[in-house]
Amino acid sequence: MRVFGIGNRYRHDDAAGLVVAERVGGTPFEGEPVGLIEVWSGEDAVLLVDAVSSGAPAGTLHRLDAVAEPLPPALFAASTHHLGVADAVELARALGRLPAKVVVIGIEGACFDAGEGLSIEVETAVERAVEAVREEVGACTSAP
Amino acid sequence: MAARTIVTEYLARVEGEGGMRVEIDGDRVADVKLNIYEPPRFFEAFLRGRPYTDAPDITARICGICPVAYQMSAVQALERLCGVTVDGQLRALRRLLYCGEWIESHALHVYMLHAPDFLGYESAIEIARDHPEIVAKALELKQTGNKVMTVVGGREIHPINVRVGGWYRTPRRAELLELVEPLERARDIALETVAFAAGLPFPDYVREYELVCLAEPGEYPIDRGRIVSTAGLDIDVSEYEEHFVEEHVEWSNALHSVIVGRGSYLCGPLARFALGFEELTPVAKSAAREAGLGPGERNPFKSIVVRSVELVQACDEALALIAAYEEPDRPAVEVEPRAGVGWGITEAPRGILYHRYELDDGGAIRTAKIVPPTAQNQRAIEEDLRAVVESHVHTPDDELALLCEQTIRNYDPCISCATHFLKLDVERR
Repeated sequence: MRVFGIGNRYRHDDAAGLVVAERVGGTPFEGEPVGLIEVWSGEDAVLLVDAVSSGAPAGTLHRLDAVAEPLPPALFAASTHHLGVADAVELARALGRLPAKVVVIGIEGACFDAGEGLSIEVETAVERAVEAVREEVGACTSAP
Repeated sequence: MAARTIVTEYLARVEGEGGMRVEIDGDRVADVKLNIYEPPRFFEAFLRGRPYTDAPDITARICGICPVAYQMSAVQALERLCGVTVDGQLRALRRLLYCGEWIESHALHVYMLHAPDFLGYESAIEIARDHPEIVAKALELKQTGNKVMTVVGGREIHPINVRVGGWYRTPRRAELLELVEPLERARDIALETVAFAAGLPFPDYVREYELVCLAEPGEYPIDRGRIVSTAGLDIDVSEYEEHFVEEHVEWSNALHSVIVGRGSYLCGPLARFALGFEELTPVAKSAAREAGLGPGERNPFKSIVVRSVELVQACDEALALIAAYEEPDRPAVEVEPRAGVGWGITEAPRGILYHRYELDDGGAIRTAKIVPPTAQNQRAIEEDLRAVVESHVHTPDDELALLCEQTIRNYDPCISCATHFLKLDVERR
């Protein structure tokens, strides 16, 4: 299972996905999300980690199965890219280019202003997200 | 009539957040306010005190779509400051990298962002469901652009190979030759794209802009040149700030660029095409002619066709650069930092991108100034919106909102450095 951390390291909590990817040896993805369709091509299972904004308390972790159902676009609208992660997933689905397994771990952010550093809640959530990613990858690897 | 306000939750397909407010008083457009762009002041402050060598990589983070443009304007400014010239194959590779970015960015904008407006779709996702072959073409083009970026830029997604003075590593000739077949295929798709775009229905609208771009004899404007305009401007980049100023706008934190004594201007594909038409490759030029486009084109909605012609141009040029490539002896020239000021300007896919740096004698950045193309176009976009709304004053609000969005997308605004949503308010009195 290949792990991609999505975000912008100079937009405070938007960097959360990148930080998680770096800690688990995944791929930081700082480009625009449609490019995901290229980089995940050939993969059977991918895990995307991204900061989200849903109105939940900062640091909340969301787990979504992107193959089972569309990602709620509003959750990912705070991406600093124009076609967001949810759009990239839907585009891939329409074109038959979605990997067989796509799990998304969303980390609820508090601040997406320009600047460096995660908020305290998100810093803590990153630790939990790293654990969650390891469990997902482990479960995927041990699955028959 | 009672005042009413319609709010569109956000303007999809434009990067970042912003706001647009239209006030209509009877038959008259009372006011148009556009706030789609926040200047990269954080990055200017963030660069202060850092070594000059950090500038290309840090400014590349300003935009997820045009990192190369930021790198290229940064290295140009810093090399000029340090009295270094990067030419020959080292410079040709930079132009090749830039072609890769143009291909990626233009493919994304033409098919995924702008085409839905013309075809009556909400987004590229709906197009993909009905016409997957159209979106598949966009992805193939994008993928080819990304391949160029990966081979020359050193990494897929975000290039890391650019440095002041040249490159960390230059590619082997064999690596570049692997790009030939995909680029030939991409050029064919780009030619189909021109025909596709030319067949779209265009609103009947023209405006006489002052068009601004770079000019270098014998080259289509991409990575260097003097700054020229349709009103006769012809200056070196060091004179930029004498002719272009940023004005504060009271209703937002945005800055609007204007030409001193004249006002708004437009940069980007329409400007490059008008002023650089004769420098197009024969294939690109004939594609433009067949699409009914000439250098006199002033309908901003046709920028989608011009972008498609530039896709042909970028593929064609990339192929020529690869054919002429000889492995350089060394990846970079020596750079000794010195105190002073340097200026750089290159053609991001959406228009000219200006950088100025001031260094101390140890090579630390004292000040940085960055003026992205969207900052420069914002005033002209606002004026377009006013004109478009004025000629559609009785159009229902939801249709008007879509037309306004389409108008904004004519300029492919790149505002990742800005915020996330564009609210559109139409108030009628």
